[in-house]
Amino acid sequence: MNIWYYANPERFAGLARTLLPWTLGLALILAAIGTVWGLLIAPPDYQQGEAMRIIYVHVPAAWMAMFVYAVMAVSSAIAFIWNHPLADVAAKASAPIGAVFTALALVTGMLWGEPMWGTWWVWDARLTSVLILFFLYIGYIVLWSAIEEPARAARAARILALVGAVNLPIIKFSVDWWNTLHQPASVFRMDGPTMAPEMLTPLLIMGLAYNLLYVAILFMRMRAEIAERRLRTIRLGLEPAAS
Amino acid sequence: MRTFAAIIWRDVILGIRASGGAALSAAFFALILVLVPFGLGPGPDTLQATAPGLFWMAALLSTLLGLERVVQPDAEDGTLDLIRLSPLPLELAALAKIIAHWLTSGLILTLLAPLLAPLLNLSFHAAPVLALSLLLGTPALSAIGTAMAALGSSVQRGGMVLALLVLPLNIPFLIFGASAVASAQAGEDPGQALLLLGAASLIAMVVGTIAAAAALRIGDE
Repeated sequence: MNIWYYANPERFAGLARTLLPWTLGLALILAAIGTVWGLLIAPPDYQQGEAMRIIYVHVPAAWMAMFVYAVMAVSSAIAFIWNHPLADVAAKASAPIGAVFTALALVTGMLWGEPMWGTWWVWDARLTSVLILFFLYIGYIVLWSAIEEPARAARAARILALVGAVNLPIIKFSVDWWNTLHQPASVFRMDGPTMAPEMLTPLLIMGLAYNLLYVAILFMRMRAEIAERRLRTIRLGLEPAAS
Repeated sequence: MRTFAAIIWRDVILGIRASGGAALSAAFFALILVLVPFGLGPGPDTLQATAPGLFWMAALLSTLLGLERVVQPDAEDGTLDLIRLSPLPLELAALAKIIAHWLTSGLILTLLAPLLAPLLNLSFHAAPVLALSLLLGTPALSAIGTAMAALGSSVQRGGMVLALLVLPLNIPFLIFGASAVASAQAGEDPGQALLLLGAASLIAMVVGTIAAAAALRIGDE
């Protein structure tokens, strides 16, 4: 199988239709397990007490905020280099999902920051760079909607997504480069996670659930986008309606 | 090379003569700074403390003004097609446009800012650092701005879209530029912030030039 097999939008839409219930179902089951485990079974933190349980919502959202942008950047690169017809669709469909994950990470971070740091918001490097990520998502979505012709919009959006990718390493390493209020990485580290396994397991389950949820919503949005493009060509009279 | 110089020359002339050109962006820069004492109060200490950031914010905002005329008119009247057809690589054409934009925005702000420093009670020895930081940082603003202007060239009246695309990417220069001036004002060595500003600026000029060239190719089908 190569990446060109599913370059046919109809073929991909068929695959997405088949996989959608499985990914969505698995995402919901894992989210339910992760939520119960995280909120009820996992031990409270010795320092932060019960309040740290928001980690099971906050951290996966922050992971996804960066992961979705990385997907956008990689598919933009694929679109840029090979002109793969679905890569632009994937990037466009990802943007609003990523923006919501970023907003969720910011809001849950604020809710967590208030009891822990005594403030809803500080202008520290991690928070600021994630906020910039949010604006990059917004700019990307706006650019798509501002240019009317889809092919042209796609080519402009690719470049923007790739330029914005500069921000990703800054977010990831902001907590190491600068002395910030935000705690340093405790899961994805060179020398292994520093979290207790009874907390790490539900966190990873939630991470997987978020990831599958993203894939499921991505399938939905990509199918809708493919259908919309088809409609457009039919309206423009480039393709007969009954085919 | 002649084409390269011709693009710069033409864009600079247009930038100076066209309405909404260099003079307007300089006037806007000055006006933002004049508004500050009315908004924050005329207290000398407040002004002095906020001046480094305000100068840089004003620079960020006023370089936005000229961006709409960098690429869009050329795309509309067919000049861009001629540039694409010329033997000059598009990367160099993009660089020429960036240089021309900088000559009509960043350079003027660099010269103007030290003269306006007393308005916000910026301390005397911080004024040269302000000029130096603008000299280092504003080329990056022009590079990123030109790239985004090329991306948005097919958007009708895309001023707001342009602002939304450009400003988040310009935040690093605001941070390093303002902190260089602030540390000079506090009597500390601004060297570190200036080095970071210069490094970020160099990266942005390379990325901005390549991205602008890629964006100029969009309409070329």
